[in-house]
Formats: sequence, C-alpha cells, structure tokens
Amino acid sequence: MSTFLGMPATAPRGVGNLRGDESFPAAARKALGNDQLRRNLGHATTTIRAKSGAVIGELPDWQELRSAGSALKAATMARLPELLLQLEENVTRAGGVVHWAADANEANRIVTELVRATGEQRVIKVKSMATQEIGLNEALEEAGIEPIETDLAELIVQLGNDKPSHILVPAIHRNRSEIREIFLREMPGVDPALTDEPVVLAGAARRYLRETFLSTKVAVSGANFAIADTGTLVVLESEGNGRMCLTLPETLITVMGIEKLVPTWQDLEVFLQLLPRASTGERMNPYTSMWTGVTPGDGPQSFHLVLLDNGRSAVLADEVGRQALHCIRCSACLNVCPVYERTGGHAYGSVYPGPIGAVLSPQLTGVEDNASLPYASSLCGACFDACPVKIDIPSILVHLRNEVPHPRTERAAMAAAAYTMDHPKLYAAAQHAAKLTKLAGHRLPPPLNGWTASRDLPEPPPETFRDWWAKR
Amino acid sequence: MSSRDVVLGRIRAALGDDAAPPAGIPRDYRRGDQPADLDLLVHRLEDYKAVVHRGVSVAETVAALAPDPLIVPPGINPDWLPAGVEVLHDDGLSADVLAVAGGVLTAATVAVAETGTIVLDGSPDQGRRVISLLPDLHICVVRADQVVASVPEALTRLAPQRPLTWISGPSATSDIELNRVEGVHGPRRLHVILLEASDHE
Repeated sequence: MSTFLGMPATAPRGVGNLRGDESFPAAARKALGNDQLRRNLGHATTTIRAKSGAVIGELPDWQELRSAGSALKAATMARLPELLLQLEENVTRAGGVVHWAADANEANRIVTELVRATGEQRVIKVKSMATQEIGLNEALEEAGIEPIETDLAELIVQLGNDKPSHILVPAIHRNRSEIREIFLREMPGVDPALTDEPVVLAGAARRYLRETFLSTKVAVSGANFAIADTGTLVVLESEGNGRMCLTLPETLITVMGIEKLVPTWQDLEVFLQLLPRASTGERMNPYTSMWTGVTPGDGPQSFHLVLLDNGRSAVLADEVGRQALHCIRCSACLNVCPVYERTGGHAYGSVYPGPIGAVLSPQLTGVEDNASLPYASSLCGACFDACPVKIDIPSILVHLRNEVPHPRTERAAMAAAAYTMDHPKLYAAAQHAAKLTKLAGHRLPPPLNGWTASRDLPEPPPETFRDWWAKR
Repeated sequence: MSSRDVVLGRIRAALGDDAAPPAGIPRDYRRGDQPADLDLLVHRLEDYKAVVHRGVSVAETVAALAPDPLIVPPGINPDWLPAGVEVLHDDGLSADVLAVAGGVLTAATVAVAETGTIVLDGSPDQGRRVISLLPDLHICVVRADQVVASVPEALTRLAPQRPLTWISGPSATSDIELNRVEGVHGPRRLHVILLEASDHE
C-alpha cells in the first residue's frame, strides 16, 4: 500500500515510547499487586488534588479561563498551518533556525546531526514530554552522545534505569529510601554517608549537576508554549535546572509538538493562569523562561527549533479526537482518575499515562497499536471536570472504543443480544435463563469469562418486570 | 518534497477543505487594569518562601545580608550599593566567578501581586540571565509602580523580544515524596526589597 506523503500519518513503530510491551489489563494486574506503588500514588494524587483545588478556588474566573483556553486551542488547531508559518517566520527573524520533523525518526536525526555539528559529545536536557515520546535519549546514546537529564525526578528515573510514571512528577513511584539507594549506586562522587532526607538528596543532585551545567555546551529542551505572533518560546519549571539549560550552553535545541502554539503574546495570559494551578497546584511555578530567537551577549547564541508531527496530523484528522491536541500536559486528569490512582503510569505503556494518555496514545500510534487503552477508564468523567482546557476525554474514549477492532466473541455476543431484544418471546426466555446463572455464581463460562474476570456478574432480580406485570 | 511541505500538507489534509472558521474567543475572564494590592504581593511572596523588606534602605538591607562579593548588573542604581561589601560589576564575568559569589542584586521590570511573581527582562539594571541564576542569594528591588494585579496586565507591560525570567520564590522541587525542598539548582534564597513612594529612593 502506498501512502501519499501529504496524508495524515501515525507515529512510526520501532522508535520512541508510545507503545507498551503488553496490554493495559496485563500491565495493570502487575501494578495492582505492588502495595508500595499504590501507597505512593495515593499519597501523591491526594496531596496534589488538595493543593490544586485550593489555588483554583482563589480565582473567581476559573471557569471563564477554562472556556477561553478551550476556545483558544480550537481556534489554534483550525488555523494551524498559517500559525506555524507565522511562528517559523518570527523565530527565523529573531536569529533562530526552524526544522520540520515528520516523525520521531526524523526528529532524532535532526537533533543528532545538530549536536554532532557542534563537535560535542554530551547534552544537558530539560524535562520534556516530546523528547521522551520520540526516544531521543536512546537515539543520542546510539550516536555516541551522552544525554543528561537535569530535572531531579528525571535524573532519578535515568539513574535508576527506569521509566517515568507521571507527567508532572515522573519518579513518584519511588520513595526516599529507594532514591537514596539509586544515588549511592549510580551517582558519581556521591557522599557515602548520604541520608534519605529529601533536602539531603536534593543537595546531592545539586552538587552532582552543577559541574555538568557549567561545562556542557549544548542543551535540549521541550516547550510549554510557542507564541506565533512573536516567535517566543516558553518553558515552565521549578528547580532552575531549566534556566541552567536555557541560559548557560552555547547551543539550544528545542523540540516541540506542532500543537503547542498559542496565537498571540497576550493570549498567554490564559494559559499562564491555567497551567500552574491545574498542574502543581501553585499560583505560579517558581521559574518561567521566555526567549525569542537569540539575544546577543545573553544565553545561547545558536538556537534551533524542531517542529514535530509524529502522529499529530492523524489526531487532527479525527474531528472527535482532535481535541486531545489541546492538552497542555498539566496532569490534572491523572490526579483525579480512579484507574490511574491504582495502576500508576507504567501500566499505560506510553509516556502519556492516565486519561489523556488513554486517548492521545492510541490516536498517535493508530488505535490498533494501543487497542486496550480506550478501555483503561471507568468513564466517570472526573478527568473532564478537572481539565483546565475542557477536553471531553470520556467522549473521546467512547469514540475510540468504536474504532478498536473487537474480538469475535464480543461481536457475536452483542449481535445475539441485539437479536434477542428485537424478539419479545426470546427476550422473556432469556430473562428466565438469566436466573439460572445464580447457580453458576458470578462468573460467565468461556468464551465470555474474559468479561467477568474483572467484573461481578449482576445478580438477576427475583422476579422480572414482565412476570410482575403478568400477575397484575 | 521537503518535510516542511509534508507536515504542512498533512495538517491541511487533516483539517479538510471546508474547515469551520475559528470560533470567537470568550474573554469573560478578568483583564484590563485593576488596582495592585502591595500587601497581597508581600503575602504571596512570603508564602513561597521569599523574604520581603519594606520601608528600608536598599544599601543598608544589602549590607546586612553581607553577600560578599556582590554581583551587580552594569546599570544598577549606584545609591543601592553598600559600603564595605566587595561589589563586582558584571562586564561578562565568568560562570565560575558567578557560581561562588555571595549574592546578586538586581532591579525588576514587573511584579504580579496575585501570584507573587517578579519578572526580569534583561534591562541594564537587571543584567544577563545568568547573574540571577548562579549565585545562591538573589536580592531583587521592586518599585511599587512596577506591581500589577494579575498576569494579563504583566504581559501588557512586557516586551516579548527580550529574554524574560519569571520568578516566584526561590528554586524548589517536590520530586521526592512531594516534600518541598527550596534550592535545587537556582538561588536558594530570594530577598525582595519593595520600594514605595514614601521611601524616597
């Protein structure tokens, strides 16, 4: 099958971190057996929910900001080609160089070549979902370039040879004693008398990374927002590792998904109010950096921006699902989701976990490659309420369930049910038969036992409505 | 066919020929000038572990903090500099010098009361981004007329072409069991000196 190059395309297989090794139910079953993980997650989600709720409550116009954010994102998507060209023009005019990457392979190749051109063998990295998505670290390592994560949580994940489990706090599945052990084992020059106090552990990371910040000449970042009408890039962070990477090196390479655009400078007023409160539960995160191209005498003198598709055009092609591209990666939906709270991020098999991951990952990869994810939800709707840009995640989940290739037994059962309900005598007989299942307990026989493996079969009523009616 | 053409072509194909015109943006949220509440700014700064000084002399306050040597940007107000403290004017000081300095003194461009945020824009009295990043102590002088109520007014006052650093409290992390730890990579201490009209500075 040949594909016209200009048609929307999903993210390629064999590269990046959008597909898990096993289905969600299989991975979730393992996670559910991990008590430590569930305790850590329960504590984290409860704490962040409370903080976020408190600071959102301080704003009298939260709902108005959500509506504006939602409308701004919809308007951005409708004008995406025009706004991307405007961004390219303004970044170029300010001294930056813009590159376009159709997929993960191309983005990795572009970044690798840019680093090689500097002659450097090491890069420092700001935490970035886009570079996690494309597996940039793996690609750089293959090319003999050492990527160093500088966000404390990402550093813990990298040193632990592990994967992130939350968008905002990637090492939330680790507790202090596990982190101490990782540092003692993997951090060069660490003090062997290290305790597991958070302030001591953070101090060890500070000492370890300071020298690296001061001596590395290339940095790679993502972007929270890019402003089309000014060419300004925006990164929000807390620790100052972002400022270090964005300020000290000679060369800065930023990889951003094409959906991160904000039309105008002043429109940023909406997202700068929504993101910190929904995400970390702060009125504003400690540091926000904004830069437009290069500034002589201040910061990197060479700036490259890589615009990444990698399946986003395929998401855009789905009129129901395209609103998943409105996501500003705040992780509020993770923190309210009863499914995420019990399984954690790894079960989703993608860098995008939780409710937003359950809709974004299958759309980026093609739903056949993540067919179990649209079912990784109870459809309770808490994610919709929590989303600062009002993404209707439950509706996209239902929509995607219809796109998933259904197993033959399920299709046969549904067809039989439809036929039975259309024929009154058969339906009455079926209701009587249902009473017999009392004898079978709460499990269905094969091939339907998959359905009752994770659900209790409902108790049939002692008397059907029809029987009751017949007696009147 | 360049990747630029491929990506743009894909997006256009995804949107279709008859893409609906962009809907209007409801701007019912608070915007436009509102009175800035200095007490609120102080409360919000302190809530995020910054130390705030009001009704004081800048030079005396800096002297009491004893940051030795003190880094200052080239356009700093000379009246703010204390006697008896070694002052290094930044004319391209190396990162190694900045990393071991006692502290840095800068002005600011805008402060946002509602969020407890200070914005530096690289003007001569604020200097290069790196000087407020590497020293462990940042002393920042904010004038009352630079304080706005909320984020929309701050954006109106800022020039996006400048490198901007928004600062809300000192460097912090919550990555270890969600315990907040101040000072990971940036300055561990942030002191804000708020100058009001009555201070005659």
